[in-house]
Amino acid sequence: MDASIYARLDDVTHSFGDHVILKNCSLDIVRGAITCIVGLSGAGKSTILRLLDGLIEPSSGHVYVDGHDLCHTPERKLVDLRQKTSLAFQFAALLDSLTIGENVGLPLREHTALPDEKIRHIVDDALESVGLRHIYDSLPNELSGGMLKRAGFARAIVTRPELVLYDEPTTGLDPIVTNLITDTILRLRQKLDGTAVVISHDLHSIFRMADYVAMLFEGAIIAYGPREEIRTSTNPFVQQFLTGSEVGPIPV
Amino acid sequence: MRILERFGEGTIAFLEYLGGIFSLVGESIRSIVHAQIRYAETFIQSYELGLGSLLIVLLTSLFTGMVISLESAQQAVQFGMGSLVGGAVTYTSVRELGPMLTAVVVAGRVGSAIAAEIGSMVVTEQIDALRSMGLSPVRFLVVPRLLALAIMLPLLTIFADIISIVGGMWIAQAYAHINPATFISSARQAVGFDDVVKGLVKALVFACIIAFVGCYQGLSTRGGAAGVGRATTSAVVISIILIFGTNFIMSYLLFGTH
Repeated sequence: MDASIYARLDDVTHSFGDHVILKNCSLDIVRGAITCIVGLSGAGKSTILRLLDGLIEPSSGHVYVDGHDLCHTPERKLVDLRQKTSLAFQFAALLDSLTIGENVGLPLREHTALPDEKIRHIVDDALESVGLRHIYDSLPNELSGGMLKRAGFARAIVTRPELVLYDEPTTGLDPIVTNLITDTILRLRQKLDGTAVVISHDLHSIFRMADYVAMLFEGAIIAYGPREEIRTSTNPFVQQFLTGSEVGPIPV
Repeated sequence: MRILERFGEGTIAFLEYLGGIFSLVGESIRSIVHAQIRYAETFIQSYELGLGSLLIVLLTSLFTGMVISLESAQQAVQFGMGSLVGGAVTYTSVRELGPMLTAVVVAGRVGSAIAAEIGSMVVTEQIDALRSMGLSPVRFLVVPRLLALAIMLPLLTIFADIISIVGGMWIAQAYAHINPATFISSARQAVGFDDVVKGLVKALVFACIIAFVGCYQGLSTRGGAAGVGRATTSAVVISIILIFGTNFIMSYLLFGTH
């Protein structure tokens, strides 16, 4: 695999029962870049993130992350590989029973032998990066949606992963918080100097942060390229999606 | 044809369920053997699952002991065998009703709570988050609950045995004028230390059933809030059926050859 490619979906097909989610889907994730995946709801975008995180295995095809084929890899080996990747979930998925600080520090407490003071310092730093230092002792149910997402980001970056996967980070948020989240993703990419994949429906936010954009339709990538190339694409599917028109090849 | 199809589907579903439970058991044993135990969480679970069930276990056992005493004393006094009531109450409590009733009560209260908690974690992607962080949900959630129940259910059973006997003794004295000394003497003749131990072995097995079924139902939750409801109900129903079935088999193996 080319050194400039950090992760790759290679001819992946994935089904849940009889329902085919991804069909012969191939996608390269460029090292050090932010790749945004767009597409209709239910198109299989989140499935791609789960495949890249090794949470699910494709029905056929291969998923490579940093040169390792995640398919048919034993769970124990996957646990090691997952240290390089982090998934920031759509609704943060913080553990209800732990405080925000405990949630963010969980991967460090479980995977390292760092002393408590050092973990506290790293967690404070991660929370600071997402602008949430003051909520260390709060419980997840005490936070707003935007704060929860940022706390989820803090947990995702606390181990300094090489690849961060963001699942719909701006969905359901007001424009101001959406901007804040977009800024946070850009800042975190700089801080980690790593690779990111973002799934979003928010075109303004996508064209602010993406280096590359991929469009998913009916289980396959139908358009992929640098953001300006996608923005000016003449592909009728991309055009309809970007303009939000009801008229076009995408059935409403 | 349709009946055959349904039978086949049912068989596959049953075998999948069995496979899932055995896989959970295997992974839990591996975690325990490798000492991958979250001690603080196990302590918290022991407090919440065990101590939280104490009052309801004591109440149900008290009334059970009282009713056994009431029924047996009535018959025994009629036939001039009042001195055997203590033995009857203790024998029944220690060998059968103590372990089984405690397990049924705990399955209703704790098994459902475990399934609901873990099921909610599944639908809110918390389990995926654990796996994404490279943490095993079995080590993180199942093992602490398994150990907590394995410690607390036998302890609760001891309390249940004691309160059941005390309740029986009180009714025997109040209702049939059976002297407590006579009651205790009869109890000591009827039940040996090995009976108590065997009762506790039953409690340990029931604890494993409640923990594994509750956790498995929770982990296999699908379909949002309705799925959590189904998982909770199934956890209680399956646990109780297994407890009754296992109780019969264990009674036969432990006591039946005497």
